[in-house]
Amino acid sequence: MDRRHTDREYESELESLRERVLLMGAHVEEVLALAMRAYNDRNVMLARGTIELDSTIDQLELEIDEAAIQILARRQPVASDLRFITTTLKLVTDLERIGDLGVNICERVAELGADRSENPHDPIPRIADVAQGMVHDALDAFVAGDAVKANQVIDRDKTVDAYYAQLYPELLPRMMSNPNVVLESTRLLSIGKSLERLADHATNIAEMVVFMVKGQDVRHSGPASHQ
Amino acid sequence: MNSRPIIRKPSRGEGSPGDERQRWDEVSISTLVPKMRTLDLHAYFGQAEVLKGISLQIAEKQVTAVIGPSGCGKSTFVRCLNRMHEVVPGARATGEVLLDKQDIYQGDVDAVRVRRRVGMVFQKPNPFPTMSIRDNVLAGLRLNGERPDDPDALVEKVLQRVALWDEVKDILGRAGTGLSGGQQQRLCIARSLALEPEVLLMDEPCSALDPIATARVEELIHELRKSYTIVIVTHNMQQAARVSNFTAFFYLGKLVEHDRTDVIFTRPKEQRTEDYITGRFG
Amino acid sequence: MLSRYARRKFMNVFVRSTCVAATVIALIPLVSVLYYVTSRGIGGISLDFFSELPKPVGESGGGMANALVGTLKLIFLACVFGIPPGVLAGVYLAEFGASRFGKLVRFSADVMSGVPSITVGIFVYSLVVLRAKHFSAFAGGLALGVLMLPTVTRTTEELLKLVPESLREAALGLGLPKWRATLRVMLRTAAPGIATGVMLAVARVAGETAPLLFTAFSNPFWSSGLNEPTASLPVNIYNYAVSPYEEWHRQAWAAALVLLLLVLLLNVSARLLVRSRVGAR
Repeated sequence: MDRRHTDREYESELESLRERVLLMGAHVEEVLALAMRAYNDRNVMLARGTIELDSTIDQLELEIDEAAIQILARRQPVASDLRFITTTLKLVTDLERIGDLGVNICERVAELGADRSENPHDPIPRIADVAQGMVHDALDAFVAGDAVKANQVIDRDKTVDAYYAQLYPELLPRMMSNPNVVLESTRLLSIGKSLERLADHATNIAEMVVFMVKGQDVRHSGPASHQ
Repeated sequence: MNSRPIIRKPSRGEGSPGDERQRWDEVSISTLVPKMRTLDLHAYFGQAEVLKGISLQIAEKQVTAVIGPSGCGKSTFVRCLNRMHEVVPGARATGEVLLDKQDIYQGDVDAVRVRRRVGMVFQKPNPFPTMSIRDNVLAGLRLNGERPDDPDALVEKVLQRVALWDEVKDILGRAGTGLSGGQQQRLCIARSLALEPEVLLMDEPCSALDPIATARVEELIHELRKSYTIVIVTHNMQQAARVSNFTAFFYLGKLVEHDRTDVIFTRPKEQRTEDYITGRFG
Repeated sequence: MLSRYARRKFMNVFVRSTCVAATVIALIPLVSVLYYVTSRGIGGISLDFFSELPKPVGESGGGMANALVGTLKLIFLACVFGIPPGVLAGVYLAEFGASRFGKLVRFSADVMSGVPSITVGIFVYSLVVLRAKHFSAFAGGLALGVLMLPTVTRTTEELLKLVPESLREAALGLGLPKWRATLRVMLRTAAPGIATGVMLAVARVAGETAPLLFTAFSNPFWSSGLNEPTASLPVNIYNYAVSPYEEWHRQAWAAALVLLLLVLLLNVSARLLVRSRVGAR
């Protein structure tokens, strides 16, 4: 069934908005991927270069906001279109923050330099994996209108929270036993914090997707009501 | 080094409204007192069936909007509510229409008396051209041979109600047709209100008016809601969204969805409703 | 070679002047009749004309007072006989005109409007005058009324149809029964137009002569009531005009002028009536 708007121009305006959101999402994911690669390789140059990608993300946020407001003013959208527009407006805020957090990670990586402690266990990657996965799946859920996927993203947030909660207890003994690793450890804590907040933003995005699809606002209600 | 951003392709069919939807709160229509109800209402023009079994409740002292594409039967439906439908030669209706639990289509009910209780305002303002503003207001009573006790007080009261008094109080003797379109429409509303109906039916009352006059009439509807039950037919969905508490969506003679207006316009249950109000109809 | 613009301009002027010329030609009979009648008739107008009865031949003086009054009586009776049935028939046709019977009525009205007036006169003669065995204003008025009937009917019907249905709907929506809606709203709205139509119909029958010859006949004296033969302006004009007497010719011209003025007065009043109603908007 062809469910396009009768007004082709309106349809194309909505399409263009959606594509811009996806473009922004792609950039954000790229920033995250590059940041984590820079971290894993302790590649300072890559980190510094990634920071510059943030301006594209910020620019896109402005464009998307402007376009969404134009549609609101001129088209008076209702029902699913209205939910889509308002979701978009909120979503790009979260995406932009995720981009900023990616930049924060890059800045910490640049500060880390080539330092790498001898300790084999690096607690960061597992947090990063889940967090990046959440961002990826939240954006997928937005595109596909998949509330089930979005709910799964929301559920995964507690995993990230749990991993983050273990970060300090794991790093603290290291810092106490070897003062040389304090600087490195504080930066790792900072990166972990950024990842945890990033996961929260991904959760926000997923909650907005549920609203968009089902018309049900599941924010601030805790995991029990996520159905 | 793979640095290509993963740009997703948008897919069609975003959101599947066929899924179950939750409503914000659970106040349903059935908890409000219905002023009028239709039960399996069918309406015909000759052989053509225009309304196919409509069962709908009109809540008391609320504004119910009836929307739908051209030819969906919304005007016919509303005209059945005060038995104006049968005025057209060859038109008839079956089923029940209850006004306060009494079926107005029952054999012995006088259609003329029904129309005293259920008033009507039409699309094109139609004040009587041979009468002054004052006489127009009193027309419903006078033409029926009734004499109001204090006609001047009645005229003032009713014109105040429609926010027309200040504009016309010095020109009550002028012909009703000498006013602007918006004023004429308010005069017609006043004319209906002078009979103290319980329900007011409005068939696209603003389609012949400019935006400012429309806004005035909508403001008036908002005021009138406190005392009257109002049913408004409109093809302007934004108007339905602005003005009504409940909205009923008709399509091809059937009632597709009837719910609170805020629900219909943010998360309608039926796909066809969604398609119509977002402009996705063929 | 004329440019397109010049050609159009020429065409414009040409057509316009042709129309003006045609109008002038059309007005010539009207103007000349008015002039002629006025110039011939004005001499006969005097106070006597309006107050005196006809004097026997040979005697000078005398007037047409009884004919004047007679004409007025006849017009009054024509209205009584022609207007109420005509208006009601018009209302019937406007409401139910689509039925078989309605079509029959409309057809009859159209046919009747073409019937020669003298035929109507003979009809009333055989129906009323022969039975009563005398001429009367009653019969004359009846004949004129019958002549008016089709015009009034059709005018009423057409004007009622012009009233927008939205007014009927408004009236019904206010809880008026159907008959009240028709009479007190539709008819009332059409009333000025109907009044105009009626006046024009009256103006036409005011000058009818032939039917009166068999019905009201004539009367050299005052006729009392409505049951006696009655003098009227048109009949008197006829009688006086064919007579060999100069005095009577003079009076005939005067009567023609008066009759013309009466018809003019009726027409002008009809126009003014419409204007005053429209002016109220």
